[in-house]
Amino acid sequence: MPHDHHPHRPDDDHALTYAQQMEIAVRELLIAKGVTTAAEITAQIAAMDARSPANGAAVVARAWTDRDFRAALLEDAAEASRAMGFDLGPLRLIAVENTAEVHNVIVCTLCSCYPRNLLGLPPDWYKSRAYRSRTVKEPRKVLSEFGLHLPEDVQVRVHDSTADMRYIVIPQRPAGTDGWSAKDLAALVTRDSMIGTAQAKAPPVL
Amino acid sequence: MGGLPAGVVPQDQHDFALWEKRVDALMVLGSGKGHFTVDGLRRVLEDMGADAFETMTYYERWIAAINQNLIEAGVYTTDELGRKMTEVAARGPTYGDACRD
Amino acid sequence: MAMPAVTDRTYLRVRADMPPGHVRTPAYLRGKTGWVERDLGVFPNPEDLAYRHKGRMIPLLRVRFAMKDVWGSAAERPDDTIDAEIYAHWLEPAEAPHAP
Repeated sequence: MPHDHHPHRPDDDHALTYAQQMEIAVRELLIAKGVTTAAEITAQIAAMDARSPANGAAVVARAWTDRDFRAALLEDAAEASRAMGFDLGPLRLIAVENTAEVHNVIVCTLCSCYPRNLLGLPPDWYKSRAYRSRTVKEPRKVLSEFGLHLPEDVQVRVHDSTADMRYIVIPQRPAGTDGWSAKDLAALVTRDSMIGTAQAKAPPVL
Repeated sequence: MGGLPAGVVPQDQHDFALWEKRVDALMVLGSGKGHFTVDGLRRVLEDMGADAFETMTYYERWIAAINQNLIEAGVYTTDELGRKMTEVAARGPTYGDACRD
Repeated sequence: MAMPAVTDRTYLRVRADMPPGHVRTPAYLRGKTGWVERDLGVFPNPEDLAYRHKGRMIPLLRVRFAMKDVWGSAAERPDDTIDAEIYAHWLEPAEAPHAP
């Protein structure tokens, strides 16, 4: 009874697809050949599931509250994030900072490069033909579809993640958050604000 | 595809299925152990042509690219894969049935 | 980080070659001129790695392009920019593409 050993999932009950058939076969061959083990695959999935935008949000919130850390992050974002305890593997990371004059947005036109070790898996739209095609040519129009309407006097910097670097945007710290702790600030930092398709959230109105 | 005309950015999001997470794990583990490079995977993905982007999902393309690279690396043969896929399909009609564990 | 003064910029042109196969130089930037944003050090050439060859180590540069120099009059905003990482063998010296 296959369902006895793992939690019921709706996708388990659909008709087996050719790609799923290949996935099971490849996985079992790799285990049979001693390339990997079932436990190693399970551990890798757990490690990926544990990565979420909350990791990046903690990094951004610290940059907002710690001048030395902000400088270290802009100098070498991977090293600074590792120093906070995040496992980035061999990732090379560049942090780009939004200001009153400049807004940064990240895209990968060649595939779907994304700082997955810090933010988790990318959203589906980041991998879409529309986002990858249009962001380098009409970023303002793309951003407006996300509800982000930038003032005319703000310069847009698009970063095409073409090779060995990955990118994270440091959004602008929202107004009205003076004296906030890094923990409270992190709750305002969304995934999209670290890709550049949104601003950080405004503090709730009390 | 940078700069080509395209429609509105789709905002809907799907939850990753278990088989998709397993494909992702096989990609990370296989490249980490030196059986292929991410560039080798991208080469296969690009060689699939533009149509594959429309007709296959992200992880459908990735498992095909991983498999192609593993065969090129000599980790297993096409014959072994074919026999194993037939064995898998014979276990039952759904993904849950076809998984041994 | 401050943008370099226009007169201090090192301008480079991306080669316009269109070989088949796996390259990491986006087609929309080929033949376009930008300036060096930063030098990233050396990395194995993905054009080798894609075909199971040992990657020759090649300098990788972040190059910044003005939208007007990529898209011409079709640019959404002429002075917005695109940064991309380009391997050095795809780059050649160039003059500023427009009057500073």
